[in-house]
Amino acid sequence: MTRGRQPAVLEGWLTLAFGDQYEKWRVDTSKVPAACGLSGVMSRDGKPIGGDVIIESMRVIHDRGNGLGGGFAGYGIYPEHANHYAMHIMFEDSSGRELCEQLLESNLEIEAAEEIPTKPSPQIVDPPELRRYFAVPRREKLAAEGIEPDDFMVKLVMTINTTVPGTFVFSSGKNMGVFKAVGFAEDVGEFYRLPDYSGYTWIGHGRFPTNTPGWWGGAHPFNILDWAVVHNGEISSYGINKRYLEMYGYECTLLTDTEVMAYLFDLLVRKHRLPLEIACRVLAAPFWKDIDIEDDPQSKELDEALRMTYGSVLVNGPFAVIVGFSRGMVGLNDRIKLRPLMAAYKDDFLYISSEESAIRQICPKPDKVWAPNAGQPVIGELKGDV
Amino acid sequence: MPGSLVTSDFIVDIDYERCRKCKRCLLNCGFDVFDFKDRVIPDSSKCVACHRCVVFCPEEAITVVENPLSFREHSSWGVDKRKAIWKQAQSPGMILTGMGTDLPWLNVFDHLLIDACQVTNPSIDPLREPMELRTYLGRKPDKLEVSPSNGGFKLETPVGNNIKLDVPIMFSGMSYGSVSLNVHKALAIAAERLGTIMNTGEGGLHEELYPYADRIIVQCASGRFGVHADYLNKGVAVEIKIGQGAKPGIGGHLPGEKIGREVSSTRMIPVGTDALSPAPHHDIYSIEDLKQLIYALKEATGYKPVSVKIATVHNVAAIASGIARAGADIIYLDGFRGGSGASPAIIRDHVGIPVEIALAVVDQQLRKEGIRNWVSIIAAGGIRSAADVVKAIALGADAVSVGTAALIAMGCRLCQKCYTGNCSWGIATQKPELTGRLDPDWAAERLVNLITSWEHEVKEVLGALGVNAVESLRGNRERLRTLGLDEMTTEILDVKPAGR
Repeated sequence: MTRGRQPAVLEGWLTLAFGDQYEKWRVDTSKVPAACGLSGVMSRDGKPIGGDVIIESMRVIHDRGNGLGGGFAGYGIYPEHANHYAMHIMFEDSSGRELCEQLLESNLEIEAAEEIPTKPSPQIVDPPELRRYFAVPRREKLAAEGIEPDDFMVKLVMTINTTVPGTFVFSSGKNMGVFKAVGFAEDVGEFYRLPDYSGYTWIGHGRFPTNTPGWWGGAHPFNILDWAVVHNGEISSYGINKRYLEMYGYECTLLTDTEVMAYLFDLLVRKHRLPLEIACRVLAAPFWKDIDIEDDPQSKELDEALRMTYGSVLVNGPFAVIVGFSRGMVGLNDRIKLRPLMAAYKDDFLYISSEESAIRQICPKPDKVWAPNAGQPVIGELKGDV
Repeated sequence: MPGSLVTSDFIVDIDYERCRKCKRCLLNCGFDVFDFKDRVIPDSSKCVACHRCVVFCPEEAITVVENPLSFREHSSWGVDKRKAIWKQAQSPGMILTGMGTDLPWLNVFDHLLIDACQVTNPSIDPLREPMELRTYLGRKPDKLEVSPSNGGFKLETPVGNNIKLDVPIMFSGMSYGSVSLNVHKALAIAAERLGTIMNTGEGGLHEELYPYADRIIVQCASGRFGVHADYLNKGVAVEIKIGQGAKPGIGGHLPGEKIGREVSSTRMIPVGTDALSPAPHHDIYSIEDLKQLIYALKEATGYKPVSVKIATVHNVAAIASGIARAGADIIYLDGFRGGSGASPAIIRDHVGIPVEIALAVVDQQLRKEGIRNWVSIIAAGGIRSAADVVKAIALGADAVSVGTAALIAMGCRLCQKCYTGNCSWGIATQKPELTGRLDPDWAAERLVNLITSWEHEVKEVLGALGVNAVESLRGNRERLRTLGLDEMTTEILDVKPAGR
């Protein structure tokens, strides 16, 4: 079995925490290709949108998935715990839960812990134990590590996911949550009782993996902190994107290449503080032939520097992604648009989807519908005062 | 007693029915094989199988074959071992040789397979879609800062000097002195036409090549031949040569016979004196000394990139890390298969490690330390084809450099006698009657063809891999698999075995 390598910092931490056990639990990091259907909706005014809306949109593109993975992310769904990290965790193993909860207890101040409400259905089989924890890092832990709460949470999530047997944190942002399972998207949405929630942004995903481990954690969205990514495509540059992320302490642990998208956004926007638009220009970089003929010297200089510096971040291969974050969502295609992506506006609502039908299902008469160009992001952000 | 116990390596056979006694063979042979007494008489003992006579005989009357003389077979005492002993028993010097090692060491490149797309991700047709090979060599910032400006964004982090390559294949350092001026001219012309770079090697730069300054890396080696302020600024970068793959840990020796007037003035040494490169730089006895030289060269050149060339030895990863931290912008890894104009056979054949492995561990080490952005890595020493180029880049090289392949394109037959100065092809020689044989324009054309052909092949592979920029291949070991390598080597390469 090929074993993933941990970045040095994390390595020390893990070995300290778990000793020999750690070596045993490390996971196979081979990737699994997949293709899919996606949809997203947001209100820039921050109006509440029911979870049933995104389910209806996904229902239309049922055939883009094959029932081996479906999922959603909703933003603004936990206003009562808005300042706490909402950790959604799946346990396939009771000893894992015990170990994980010890870890949570020693690192976090937990405000609330509960089962994630579900509605059993014949379409969703063998669910793992699903729980959520609203928590913040313990102050003394932050002081001891000397790091920001976000970085602390990233480390904690990666530690749990790479080391605690049968345990997987699949959501870790604030006032947002990821819900995913093995099944068709619409069935997954009903299983998690999404119509009971409302939020200002929703993204959804139906998965068609071409080689499946049939694992709940492998469904989309992939999440770290507030970032949630739904993705249709295969990242042909995965190997180098992953190795680049490892330099910055990110460990790609899941059985798919999509998680690198989430980590790349986190690295570029949160850690390198690049504007979202620039981050997209790095991930789906313009061609040299187009940069060479740019008229504006300022923009040309910037584009050259971005490609020189962030070559390992270029995400190559076919993809369409919708990335949710606390202030909105962004849709992006690869640089030669090898996967479908449509967008639409209606009043303050933005819609992005694999297919126009999924948009028209929930917005029959949009003000504008268009196919975004290759590498041109569609960015929707909450209005300044929202 | 006979003068020599060593039997001929080759037999030269003349078909006298075909031979029209034109004596072209006498003119063409640099090794004085042929004599003429009523008819052409070959002395096979001098033949090195350079094929110059064969190619130029208008009647196809000459055949060179390996000497079929049988030796009693012995699995330990191969013929090469016995011949070496006869030579050394005859004369107490070290056995000299040229080019890279010819021993059958395991070639890691030949045990690596490349991936391709099928169904789940589309491949890309390089004839219809853009396929980008442009590469920048030099230090890159760890991250960029931008600020809003005029409705767009403005770059706030300056990116230092970098060398732009249109194709990530460069020409390796081969000094003027070891090779002829016409070889240097051909390399410079080809580099300019290809948008790549040639490297002076350690013998300085002839003034005739000054117009090609934008396509040249100038070398500063332990002998400091031809190094002066103008020279340092006649290039896009300066390279400090610490070592050479074919002869790690030792210096160089260009015999006085090769130091004519032109070489003498370029190297700034008297005519006819031996040019001796010391084994170490006598101002570099530690890594901090290297740092001083790197910054002295940067000061002298207005902060052009500085490359440090090392032979790949056992501890190469730690050495490379030290070089990156000493301020180098480029690390040039010269593998143990690298070529040489003259090297003791014992060093060439037994010292150093393959560049494939060195590359893998250096790239990994720099990533582990989070300093991979600080330097570009050039892989050299045994790059024989576009397949090797692809594999080297996938293992982590920013670019590769070729020396032997470039010489073969110009006619070199790999006879390995560069050190004699008799090169019949006018490549590794300074004899005017021989150097005139190599037309720089003809040779440049062949170099351009070769590299353009490789460029097409690299693009074809990128397309099959479903990526349209070389940076998506660079360090992407996920797209390589090993076949027939032992488990430990596979692990060191950080490449999965085929089937995984």
